[in-house]
Amino acid sequence: MHRKTILQAKEDLLQKKYSALELTEAIYQRIEKIEPKVQAFVHLTKDIALNQAQEADRKLAAGHDAPLLGIPIALKDLICMQDALTTCSSKMLDQFIAPYDATVVNRLKKAGAVIVGKTNMDEFAMGSSTENSWHHPTMNPWDLSRVPGGSSGGSAAAVASHECLAALGSDTGGSIRQPANFCGVTGLKPTYGRVSRFGLVAFASSLDQIGPMTKTVADSALLMNVIAGKDPKDSTSADLKLPNFMNSLEKNLSGLKMGIPKEYFTSGIDSEVEASVQEAIKTLESLGMEKVEISLPHLQYSVATYYIIACAEASANLSRYDGVRYGYRSKKSDSLLEMYINTRQEGFGEEVKRRIILGTFVLSSGYYDAYYLKGQKVRTLIKQDFENAFEQCDVIIAPNSPITAFKLGERVNDPIKMYLSDIYTISANLAGIPGISIPCGTSKKNGMPIGLQLMSKHFDEESLIAVGHQFQLNTDYHLKQPPL
Amino acid sequence: MSDKIDIQKIAELARLRLTETESDKLYCYLEQVVDYMSQLNQLDTSNVQPTSHILPINNVFRDDETSKSKNIDYLTAAPSKNKGHYEVPKII
Repeated sequence: MHRKTILQAKEDLLQKKYSALELTEAIYQRIEKIEPKVQAFVHLTKDIALNQAQEADRKLAAGHDAPLLGIPIALKDLICMQDALTTCSSKMLDQFIAPYDATVVNRLKKAGAVIVGKTNMDEFAMGSSTENSWHHPTMNPWDLSRVPGGSSGGSAAAVASHECLAALGSDTGGSIRQPANFCGVTGLKPTYGRVSRFGLVAFASSLDQIGPMTKTVADSALLMNVIAGKDPKDSTSADLKLPNFMNSLEKNLSGLKMGIPKEYFTSGIDSEVEASVQEAIKTLESLGMEKVEISLPHLQYSVATYYIIACAEASANLSRYDGVRYGYRSKKSDSLLEMYINTRQEGFGEEVKRRIILGTFVLSSGYYDAYYLKGQKVRTLIKQDFENAFEQCDVIIAPNSPITAFKLGERVNDPIKMYLSDIYTISANLAGIPGISIPCGTSKKNGMPIGLQLMSKHFDEESLIAVGHQFQLNTDYHLKQPPL
Repeated sequence: MSDKIDIQKIAELARLRLTETESDKLYCYLEQVVDYMSQLNQLDTSNVQPTSHILPINNVFRDDETSKSKNIDYLTAAPSKNKGHYEVPKII
């Protein structure tokens, strides 16, 4: 039962092959079996989930339907759900119980979803391996000595090992796509503004976006139908008419133009990754897509630009953790200032402090123009690169990560090397465009999944879903299972 | 430029306190990252407008109508509270 996709389980529930309660219980049995090895979750919400499943069964019996009625879903632990812990994998929020639902959670609940638990992540979403979690690391289900990617590593590992049917993650510089890639699942980062950020704990507000992590592109389309759309509580959410994303699954790819950015195939890319992506391009050509070479000349500057902007925004966003209104408070303080400093000193982990320091530096007097303003200007150039590219093509096809999942501990002591593993995903966040990672191969060297990245224009998730779904109809990479 | 970075001053601005070891480590990190970021200076951006937000941002207006707010007791999340107020160490 736990191996089903959302669409398959929906069908089974409607045909009464099993109940929502049975499905939820099967998921918890799977979690009990898998968690000792993978550690994808930081806490389970079993009482809430069992109630939701029983409620779903009552509705099913009464002949009601809803897009996710009775479907077990996991949430990355920076998405608030009322009465549940939301720790962001940080000591700072270790005991924090959210007083309200994030808009996406509200929408999942209205759609009948069963929320099974909260998944592990890098502390405050800062990292690319989930090793920066205050709780514990998460292991890659394909090889327990390797990382699941990050920062949504728990969500990716939970979906890959069938501990939920789908999950939500968040993506600031690749944090949905890179772990989806490393764990062999589908991960979609929507256009900035497509999904409400209300109730998402902020990392870098001009880059953060919530998105689905699923077993198939079709499931992502279904989840997008539920979570996307204008929210009065998030003034940056876009007020646009929403398409039915499921309709894109039927689209014919004939004549659609795919842009191949030459800069993504130069230095630093693993030869197996490159070969798999080239093979995927051939598959898409055979489905009627036309290939055009494009150029995104500022790719090499994206990592530096990203770390300036993301850390600057993070240093401002994380100033709210002062031990007064919520979260951790240091016990050994005599004055208010001491309390702020001790709380932050004891509550934040190493990588978070590094980024706060870096962000404070680039915003500080005397350095602002040279770094922060410069970064914002280069961001404009990166955005223009994409505008030019999309005059020539509908979808950009590229590798998602230059490498496959690396070993735990391999990069954790070399922050810049870790940052560079995000080079292919970061620019989509800087430009605000949507991107999706889908499995397109397996490494012969280490057995790890390889990911294909598709990017499209602002608010054109439909093209990503169309191309991604047709690719999955014609390949079986997404059906491969980790040896658990 | 990086030899002038005053790491303790930045920590103070960020309300962090660094031990000597942390301070040394962070200094090395900052030096490396700043050096890496200096590659942006290869680009002439004198005629480029900065982007702070990717979509056009407009004021969001709504009708001035009252609506029911959720009855949430935000104080339950406070690490220390007293008689309906947040409690903090002595200020003066």
